[in-house]
Amino acid sequence: MASVSLERHPRLDSWIEIATDGRILLRTGKVDIGQRISTALAMIAAEELDVDPSMIDVVRTETGRDPDEGITSGSYSMEQSGNALRHAAATARRHMVARAAEALGVDRADLEIDDGVIRARDTNRSVSYAELQGGQPFGIAVDPDAAVKAPSSHRFIGTAATPRGMADIVSGRYEFLHDLKLPDMLHARVVRPPHYHARLKALDDGVAERLAGRDISLVRDGSFLAVAGRDEYAVIRAVDTVAAAAEWNLGEGLEPQDVYERLWTNPRVSLPVVDGGPVEEPVPAPTPPPEGAMVTLSARYEKPYHMHGSIGPSAAMAWWRDNRLEIRSHSQGVYILRDAISEALGIAAENIRIRHAPGAGCYGHNGADDAALDAALVARALPGSPVLLKWTREEEHGWEPYGTCTSMDLRASLDAGGRVVQWSHESCGDSYALRPRSGPGRAGAARLLSSRYLPDPPPAFLPGPAMGKHLGIHRNLDPLYDFAGRRLVKHLVRGLPLRTSALRSLGGYANVFAIECFIDELAAMAGIDPVAFRLSHLRDERARRTISEAAELMAGWPAAEGRGRGLGFARYKNVQAYAAVAVELEVTDAAEVKLHRMALAADAGEVVDRAGLAAQIEGGALQAASWTLYEEVTFDGGGITSRDWETYPILRFDNVPAITTVLVDRPGDPFLGAGETVCGPTAAAIGNAVFDATGLRLRRIPFVPDAIRTAAMAG
Amino acid sequence: MTVLVLCVNGERRETAVDPSTPLIFVLRNEFGLTGAKLGCSLEQCGACAVLADGERVLSCNRPAAEFAESEIITAEALERDRIGERVQSAFVAETAAQCGYCTPGLVVAATALLKANPSPEEDEIRSALNDHLCRCGSHASVLAAVRHAAAGTADG
Repeated sequence: MASVSLERHPRLDSWIEIATDGRILLRTGKVDIGQRISTALAMIAAEELDVDPSMIDVVRTETGRDPDEGITSGSYSMEQSGNALRHAAATARRHMVARAAEALGVDRADLEIDDGVIRARDTNRSVSYAELQGGQPFGIAVDPDAAVKAPSSHRFIGTAATPRGMADIVSGRYEFLHDLKLPDMLHARVVRPPHYHARLKALDDGVAERLAGRDISLVRDGSFLAVAGRDEYAVIRAVDTVAAAAEWNLGEGLEPQDVYERLWTNPRVSLPVVDGGPVEEPVPAPTPPPEGAMVTLSARYEKPYHMHGSIGPSAAMAWWRDNRLEIRSHSQGVYILRDAISEALGIAAENIRIRHAPGAGCYGHNGADDAALDAALVARALPGSPVLLKWTREEEHGWEPYGTCTSMDLRASLDAGGRVVQWSHESCGDSYALRPRSGPGRAGAARLLSSRYLPDPPPAFLPGPAMGKHLGIHRNLDPLYDFAGRRLVKHLVRGLPLRTSALRSLGGYANVFAIECFIDELAAMAGIDPVAFRLSHLRDERARRTISEAAELMAGWPAAEGRGRGLGFARYKNVQAYAAVAVELEVTDAAEVKLHRMALAADAGEVVDRAGLAAQIEGGALQAASWTLYEEVTFDGGGITSRDWETYPILRFDNVPAITTVLVDRPGDPFLGAGETVCGPTAAAIGNAVFDATGLRLRRIPFVPDAIRTAAMAG
Repeated sequence: MTVLVLCVNGERRETAVDPSTPLIFVLRNEFGLTGAKLGCSLEQCGACAVLADGERVLSCNRPAAEFAESEIITAEALERDRIGERVQSAFVAETAAQCGYCTPGLVVAATALLKANPSPEEDEIRSALNDHLCRCGSHASVLAAVRHAAAGTADG
């Protein structure tokens, strides 16, 4: 099977090493960020190599050493690294069996493998992987057509594995980047401006000297200010000292504005979307409903800026020695980060080495990459010592790149039989494509936060519209349903106030929320059951099965007065995992949404780690429930006002529903990326259930009590 | 700088720190006990929870000096505690973590709950964990783990 990763790294030695002690090392460019990819990759390789997964180590990706598989994003890790390692392991096994046959003087067909030992049947003669290959390179290419195990013979794939590192996680011994301790290490913190547009006007001359007396170094580079020292708490207090000594040019601040209005009035790049991707053509004007249309409905759906909101603020270690820079980062893309830091600091990429280290869950492009540049700037100013730089909670909330606000206009016409005969969906938002990819005009550096505050900042990066299928704003804009007369438009809106980038599921969350709520509106208008309405517009059997699984679970819930139920569905990017979500909830007298039950059905192709897949599906659903019920980044002229967990509340244990998860396993079928598929369906299921419970159609996220009361008064 | 004496994980430990230093920095940087995580420094997220005399306390803000009379137990030492060990095993059995950053704090909170109340009702479990934030959405498996540990605790 073709794999982007194997095309880029065709040699077996790029992927697998057998050590002299028999342990097997897997190299991957995909990083474990809590999604348990290393657990799944080890299971895949263990299966093909006939060893226990505990014999396998999985590297933490390091630039220059491990495969460059781009970014750990887009739910691609199983499809890319999983397939690459499956074929690498199958190639390695075949190679070692051939060598064993030679060594033992028997036919390959007479060999069997048990736990890394190749044995000639009916004899005592055997040779281990370590004896055959230990410490030696394979020196061959991965054969993408190497025969892989039949699903019927799988021992590990499809089981529920204990995640790698789990014992250390529960005992507090799992080493996060934040926990790193190196000899002579300095702790560092950044002193941020009050908001994006502020620049340093003056800094009290005496502050550096006063800090030196407290064993703290001040780093000043243009408007970038940081402090570093051996005592972490002294460094934290020094931030306040520097902040009090700094005077900022505040400029005009952030312009207070109604972003939902600006999403329709600001300058924009508008493109029609056909077959899932934008085309360079004029946007077609809306046309009147076609002949046969009995009813036409239109509605506007909206979501605010959301944050990634990692529980552990971003961090990085940087160490400048002999004109070389070593970095540890919890970035999802250590190679692109290396090239962006090369641009930002003007040093050659080959003099920078970045190794991934565990951080708190990130769910997309959060502050990880920015923190790496921050640490590098401090390390460059203080060469010779390793510098561990951490962001504060306020920094993480206020400076990470958010998932954009979005406004969507939908319009559809139904014929007399309740079929969609015309469908229009326009989606307006800011860019999701602001990861620090290097390019002309120091485009990588420009997308690292602190570059903007250096004396010679790169020109601001203006992203163009993402043009591939199901990217950014138009992810899942094209519905999977058999809707006739589609008119799909993406609007990349300019001049919006907040910094944005990739947040789990990108535009898929907003678009599926809108599509799947609007379908319920249409079904109600046509007097058709919403599940039946969906099924009548779907031919894809796997889609139908997924919806039916969730719907059946929902139908089995005992009736409960005052509660409402709703369902949402999507196939991520129309090519990855299928997910259907059913929700039961009530709206309390305090106008709060209380979640009671959730049924999650997913078809992600062949299931590798059942526990890991279930965790991704359930975690995605709860995170999306949190976005939908509680979350909105707020700001005023002085900057971001969502500065902590009280001003940006998220889901807590008191509103976690009982969850039933059904994973439709398809042994032997391709892996389908599953980490993001459930987000949009969850939002829609909640919206539809609120409608079912109250008759209120909420079209703007989050569904906070004020929004519910406002809707109730309007209705 | 003052010399501070603390009882941590059953050992008497001394360190010279600024007396206003929050407990978490003493645990992590002076004693190498990094199970208490830096999350918010605002007592809002629970990642820094430790036990002080068997009760859950947040270590991110309160000066270490306030704990001079307390017996502090961190996530690293819970395996030596009958209930703590049960809670940890239940978290492993239910694979109740994703990124794991909030997990030691949750394990501490669950241990404190079961020490005080071996057979908690569902709403008591949720209430004991409600000041702990998890962003990965591992809540359902965490609740399952605490129920699982409670069943074991109640039996034995």
